[in-house]
Amino acid sequence: MDWLHNLSPAIQDVLSAIGRAILAIIPIFAPVPVIIWYERRLLSWMQDRIGPNRTGNITFSRTSKMVPSFLRGKKFKLFGLAQSIADGLKLFTKEDIMPDKTDRVLFILAPLIALFVALTLGCTIPFGGDIRFTPVADVNVGMLVILAISSLGAYSTVLAGYSSNNKYSLMGGLRASAQLISYELAMGIALAAMVMNSGSLRMTDIVKSQDAPLYGVVSFIPNWNVFTPMGFISAIVFGVCMIAETNRPPFDLPEAENELVAGYHTEYSTKRWGIFMMAEYMAMFTFSMIFATVFLGGYHFPIRWDVLAPYENMYLVGVVVMLTKGAVGLTVYIWVRATFPRLRYDQLMNLGWKFLLPLAVVNLMITATWIFAAKVYGPMAAWMVGLVCYGVLFIVWAAIRHQAKKTQPQFQSRSVNMVNSPRRVLDVVPNKEVTP
Amino acid sequence: MKLTPELIIFAMLAGPAALAAVGVVAFGSAIRSALCLVFNFFLLAFLYFTLSMDMPGISQIVVYSGAIMVLFVFVIMLLNPKLIEERKDLKRPFGIAFGVVLFGILASQVLPVLGFEGAKPVVHQIGSPNVIGDALFSSYVFPFEVISILLLVGVVGSVFLAKRRTD
Repeated sequence: MDWLHNLSPAIQDVLSAIGRAILAIIPIFAPVPVIIWYERRLLSWMQDRIGPNRTGNITFSRTSKMVPSFLRGKKFKLFGLAQSIADGLKLFTKEDIMPDKTDRVLFILAPLIALFVALTLGCTIPFGGDIRFTPVADVNVGMLVILAISSLGAYSTVLAGYSSNNKYSLMGGLRASAQLISYELAMGIALAAMVMNSGSLRMTDIVKSQDAPLYGVVSFIPNWNVFTPMGFISAIVFGVCMIAETNRPPFDLPEAENELVAGYHTEYSTKRWGIFMMAEYMAMFTFSMIFATVFLGGYHFPIRWDVLAPYENMYLVGVVVMLTKGAVGLTVYIWVRATFPRLRYDQLMNLGWKFLLPLAVVNLMITATWIFAAKVYGPMAAWMVGLVCYGVLFIVWAAIRHQAKKTQPQFQSRSVNMVNSPRRVLDVVPNKEVTP
Repeated sequence: MKLTPELIIFAMLAGPAALAAVGVVAFGSAIRSALCLVFNFFLLAFLYFTLSMDMPGISQIVVYSGAIMVLFVFVIMLLNPKLIEERKDLKRPFGIAFGVVLFGILASQVLPVLGFEGAKPVVHQIGSPNVIGDALFSSYVFPFEVISILLLVGVVGSVFLAKRRTD
């Protein structure tokens, strides 16, 4: 490696920048086929199906002379892992169709923006204790970089919807932009509470602040942000917003296939559609790792144990821990997808504006009170003040909910009155007069 | 003028930023103008980064590129304005004249500095969030709070206007 040191410093900087860019992309880009396979298999298992399990299996002939003797009759199973690669090959060799009357520049630009956002989103997440393990730069506004780049993601869906010259695409684009704008606010405020808790916008500082013993008492569990009351509420808000930001079910209204064909990417096919799909999966994975960094202690082990401590800063151990936490986040993504039905549009807006945003704002205020009380009166007083605040919050919420239930119209029967109703006795609705 | 890496980076950022700024007024279609503006804001943020103004730069992306311009594009998409035919009237010569005057004023301020070697190096970490936060909440706390009240008034007013229309 001597020739590297002999180069001029400027060229060394450029080379290290390129290397960092590649290192930032690979851990997010490379797992995409495996993530797609994992999602399909796990979803199939949850829905009592089998899923792709054949592609890539090789069974060698028992009798053929062409097969070497040590392979005869052997079976090689890949559990369908090659399916995603086969799908990718198919996508990239299909005929490339671009409809007439599209805005060509924007049509091509939209998937590229999606890819840019997905690849650069994770550029400030630390993968290890050393500064060299932060992919691009450990800047002192790391959290804001993530918010900034994730907010640019709206352009890809909006431009795709606009440029396709298709009503369904336009509707999808409009829905996507409205959804992203709504949920970004709650996400930013939930993260702001965690920034106040850690006292820094730098991602490595946020991870480092989660290494102490839990509540200063339990020595074998680290004080991850998710274990504190404000961190727990922030984690719920951020988790919901995270799913909404990546347009995943149950928030996949921009691409709701039974309402909008395929939403903003209706007119897309082949490589460009593949880029949208890859960008979505990469964004899922990156958001999972952001969640892990902010709430689940980043590259730290879940157990504080002196035997494990030296391994934490070792080469690649932190990377493995982070990727594992990202995989856990992906599992939750898929689990949520298999569990919840898609939201209606008004439910989506109500959840974002009337539940998550007020909750995040109140949580931010309580966090500020908590920190103030801890600085002035000590940690015990802070706990008492904080818990009283959360109790008041819960009581107010319950009162509002009670009041709302009284005033809201109740939809009791869901029967449909048809204009030319067919002559049959409807004994399902007993209180209704049936015309003979 | 010596060709330094800083100068190359500045040229790579400032050139496209200026081109994007021209594109904002030169493009006929509204959505392309808006996208040029987004690109311009994005590159301006990187110019701030090169001056080690991290916080203003990233706020530029979060606020302008990420929030305000998304709403711009949203509205453009919702209304879908057609290409506007340019009318020939007095606006054009007046616009050109004002443009020349403005360019002259700006150039008279910028050009003397451009050839000046040995400019003062930027203070380290002047744009870090700690410094800006300290300044906002100590020296400038009154203007800061007044601006927040102004924004709150704006929000309440817009909600009021939107509500009245639906009734």
